[in-house]
Amino acid sequence: MKDDSPTIVNLVDLDFMDARARLLDLASFLDRVERAGQMDDYRVSALLEALPLLTNAGPDRAEKILLSLSDPTSEPIAEAHTKGAAGAWEANS
Amino acid sequence: MKYIEPHAHMVSRTTADYEAMALAGCKVISEPAFWAGYDRSSEQGFHDYFSLLTGFEPQRAAKFGIKHFTWMCINPKEAEDVGLANAVIDLIPEFLKRDNVLGIGEIGLNKNSRNELEVLERHIDLADQHDQLILVHTPHLEDKLKGTRLIIDALKNFSNITTDRVIIDHVEEHTVGMVKDAGFWAGMTLYPESKLTARRAIDILEKFGTDKIWMNSACDWGVSEPLATPKAARMMAQRGHSEEMLDKVFYQNPKEFMSQNSKFTI
Repeated sequence: MKDDSPTIVNLVDLDFMDARARLLDLASFLDRVERAGQMDDYRVSALLEALPLLTNAGPDRAEKILLSLSDPTSEPIAEAHTKGAAGAWEANS
Repeated sequence: MKYIEPHAHMVSRTTADYEAMALAGCKVISEPAFWAGYDRSSEQGFHDYFSLLTGFEPQRAAKFGIKHFTWMCINPKEAEDVGLANAVIDLIPEFLKRDNVLGIGEIGLNKNSRNELEVLERHIDLADQHDQLILVHTPHLEDKLKGTRLIIDALKNFSNITTDRVIIDHVEEHTVGMVKDAGFWAGMTLYPESKLTARRAIDILEKFGTDKIWMNSACDWGVSEPLATPKAARMMAQRGHSEEMLDKVFYQNPKEFMSQNSKFTI
């Protein structure tokens, strides 16, 4: 059977600087929002609730963060009043 | 590297984008019908749009040596008005006869409303009646998880619809497993902000394998990148994947799915 695995490369060499930049962007976003007194926005709260998932062990961090930001309900809504999505689920929306 | 762009909204892109895609190795573009950024006021607006997708756009692509295929539907963002949706769906059979039409798409859900679901079911029924391939749009961001579940349930209610003939697009880490487990094809969309980055899409390939899956740019009028697909291929190569694997993901897989319609030829 053919092996489809990629040849081994150093993934840290490849992507560390990108990950570092994104982490700093997230930190500076939170600093900026806090300076503006906007930390009570439900989207910011959702980000803060997701952050501990980054430090949990296991290979499914991205999946778990997406799940934490998702609408967990199962029934269709009565009517769509908007076309857009916000990126985080607001329980009382 | 030759590649197929299986999901791009070229009506929103410039001729320079066609040229750039051709220079990057693009041989085929598949363009699902979508929301143009505004609500059309009547079914006549859709008739004109479908005429553009089946007439002008393939001519524009051909100037750069690219074959252009398309898909017909009223997208879920305009599906809240069921009366309009039904009038548009009634137009579609006429267009299914056109040479570059591969099937019904991109249908699906946006905000997961009852009306959107009703219109989705009418589209699936139309595909069933006319033995068409289906290309599915899943909702954005926080609505994707619930919407993907509702879409899979709706598809399963049609016993004649086989999973091999349906691609569920815009999967992410939290939805790809349910799509693959149900037996459908999965599409991954590469966007700078929402949906997937190339790094994450390649992670998914490495976790779930390269069968029945494709990547696309879904470039349109929003924040998107018409060369996202070949750029992802370059990144796959950097991560140690072979040329054979790149050919499978970026050429053979979309060819395999779309070739189920005999009108698809390269």
